[in-house]
Parts: sequence; C-alpha cells; structure tokens
Amino acid sequence: MATTQRITLTVNGETVTREVEPRQLLVYFLRDTLGLTGTHVGCDTTQCGACTVHLNGQAVKSCTILAVQADGQAVTTIEGLGSATHLHPVQEGFRLKHGLQCGYCTPGMIMSAAALLAHNPHPTEEEIRRAIDGNLCRCTGYIKIIEAIAWAAEHPEPVPIEVQP
Amino acid sequence: MIPAAFEYHAPTSVEEAIALLQRYDGEAKLLAGGHSLLPMLKLRLLQPAALIDLGRVPGLRYIRRENGHFTIGALTTHAEVETAAPLAAAARGLVEAEGLVADVQVRNRGTLCGSLAHADPAGDPPAVAYALDCEFHVQGPRGPRVVPVDEWFVDTLQSALEPDEVLTAVRFPVPPPRTGSAYRKFEQPASHYALVGVAALVTLDEAGAIARCRVGVTGVGPVAYRARGVEEALVGQRPEPAALAEAAERVTEGVEVLGDLHASVPYRSHVARVYARRALAAAVARALGQPDPAD
Repeated sequence: MATTQRITLTVNGETVTREVEPRQLLVYFLRDTLGLTGTHVGCDTTQCGACTVHLNGQAVKSCTILAVQADGQAVTTIEGLGSATHLHPVQEGFRLKHGLQCGYCTPGMIMSAAALLAHNPHPTEEEIRRAIDGNLCRCTGYIKIIEAIAWAAEHPEPVPIEVQP
Repeated sequence: MIPAAFEYHAPTSVEEAIALLQRYDGEAKLLAGGHSLLPMLKLRLLQPAALIDLGRVPGLRYIRRENGHFTIGALTTHAEVETAAPLAAAARGLVEAEGLVADVQVRNRGTLCGSLAHADPAGDPPAVAYALDCEFHVQGPRGPRVVPVDEWFVDTLQSALEPDEVLTAVRFPVPPPRTGSAYRKFEQPASHYALVGVAALVTLDEAGAIARCRVGVTGVGPVAYRARGVEEALVGQRPEPAALAEAAERVTEGVEVLGDLHASVPYRSHVARVYARRALAAAVARALGQPDPAD
C-alpha cells in the first residue's frame, strides 16, 4: 500500500480535502478523484494543452503538476468558468465563432484564452496566438479559435444561456 | 502515464532540503517547477526513491539587482523572468530567451534555475547563461560554493551540481553601457526545443569597436557551449555585417554537431552559422541603441 498524503485545495471555489498518492498528477486528481472530466488528457507529454487549468489564476498543464504540489492552492477547471445560467465570454465566443469541431482541445483552449484575457483584456492577434501556443488543435486550423478569443475580448460580460423550448 | 511511486517531502528550508538529499544518498531528486523532471518521471526514465519539493521553501522566488549584479532565485519561473521590468532593457537576450521557452503554461511553472540545473542540451537558458557570464550559487553539506558558467554544463543533462546540493540562485553582472544582448532560436515546432539557439552579448568601446563579446549556443552539440572562436574573431573589430558574418562561420568550431531526424549535421551547422550572425547583429544594434535589424 503506497503511502498517501492529505491535501486541501480550492477547486472551482470549493474547498476539497483528499488523501492522494504523491505520484498522482493533478489532471487525474481532477478527473478520477473529483469527477471533473471536463479537463482532458491529450498527449500526456506537456505539449498539447488539453489538460490546461488555472492554478492561482495562471494557465498550467495539469498533466505536469503533482496533486500534492497544488496543496493549499486554488484550481479552476472548465467546469468552474461559467455558471449554470451564464457562459464565460470565451465560451460564448467559441460557440458563436465556431471555435471548435471535435471539441477535444476546447476546454484547454478556453482555459488558456480565459487566463490571457484575465491578465490582458485587450490582446492583439499576435498576443492571442502566443497565448495558445501551448494548445494544439487538430481540426480548426486555429483561425476560428483566434476569432472566438478576439470576440470574447470585445464582449467581456458573461452571456446568459438561452434555453431553447 | 504515471510516475513510479516515490516518497514526497516538502521541506521549508534549504538546510532541510540538503539534509533530505543526504539521507537519500543520491536516490532523491529536487523538484522546483517540475517541467523537466515530471515528464522524465512519467516516461520512467527516472525512478527516484523520493522527490524533495522546494516549492514550500520561502525566499527562493525573486529577481534582485544589487552591487552591480542581477540575482535570480531558484523558484523564479520563466514567465517571471520574461516579464520582469528591471531585466527588460538590461538583459534583453535573457528576456527574449525566456519568452521562447516552450509555451505559456510551461513558462508559468518551469523555473530558470531548474532548467539550468537540468542542463538540457537543447534548452534555451544555457545559451544565455554563457552570454551573460552567469555564476551559479550552490548550497550543500560542505557549505556554499559558486560555480562559473564555464564549469557548469558538464555533459548532456549533467550540470556541476552534486546530488546532495541545491542550486539556490543564478547571478550575472549588470551589462555595462554600450552593451546589447540577443537570443535567436530556430525551434523544433512540436517540442519548441531549440534545433539551434544562439545567445550573443556585445559590448562596444567608446570608439565603436567590439570590446567584449560572449556567444552561447544550445541545441547544436551534446551540451550547450561557448563559441570562443566567434568571440575571439570579433574582439577589437568594428561591428560591421561582414565581420559578424565571418565570425559566425566559427560557431561550430571544435563541436561534435548533432545530426538527427529533424536536422542533419550539415543543415544544423548551416543554421547555427546563420543564427549566430543574426544574434550578433541584433546584439550590436541594441548596443548602439538602434532597432533590431531584419533577419
């Protein structure tokens, strides 16, 4: 039986305490332990960015961080970005501008974009491109993603979710 | 991919970290940002008995300017160096290189000192460490010591850091007036590692000739190196384009140039010469207070 360690961190605004093996990666802690499967595992080699979450407000690759390193820190995942009634502007931008096709890279893309806009609300196109340098998309060719992020920068308010009858 | 099991320690002082390193007698690895170490653990290229996480040690995350030197602490991330206002003008080559390390997410976690201790032969920081004439501040059970850059990079993935030592900071002189530095990189687009990376620092004398020149190269050989042939060719010369190009021809002198899937030996050697010329030209333009020349 491997030794475990108790960690307490804030995930999407809620305090969680769990026993984890030191070798458990943050992405598996989020997905398997907490059931937050919106964060994806893509390449698992620190390249594709599908596992991007915010750690203390910064975009990071959760496949390359141990859960124990996040002890005492604040994590935001894609599930914590919008709300039940409102989309985050970046989410709405991706919907409106067709910033996705298969959707696999989308949570990571959106988390990188949201971190960019939180630190730099009016990025240039070059700054948008730089901000998603660590996120790979194999469908869109990126153009629509860049348009989606640019749209979000121009529309910084949360967007009410319209439920179709 | 899941690392093999290890014991985890999060000491709260450098002394405690050193004691733990001694206790594990070479079987433990230090963890800072973890962006070189954790990928190796996941691939099980490394299976240490323990990780000693420096992340909880206070006072290791800083960029200071004092007594004519910049000092950067062990836990300072690439992103923090990239965006540090005091470095923006004084050490543009460093800022430039740090902004080209991998991608945003990696720069938010990975540390400058961790990268230098890891000594990846294609990492960006080692080239700049040569250009800036860095010295490495190390603490261990035998007390503190300072290692000059010329003794730091020993071999592929091997620095002069002993298994029971901690690299606590890297330090370099504030570049004098009429100095410019630059980093030019041709990257492998998937990994963002350097196929060729050249850092140059040039100081001009009052008459406009090159008084001092340092050139560091990464991605080209089995270990990052100082291109002494280029430096020797330029000291005392006027920084004319022809002189820079001629000096850049010597960038792989005496080096066992790597050839691989991405770049053959002749190709990588050619790119190294071109990027050496570009890095030198940018450093000269900056020393003169001029805009960067077109590559």
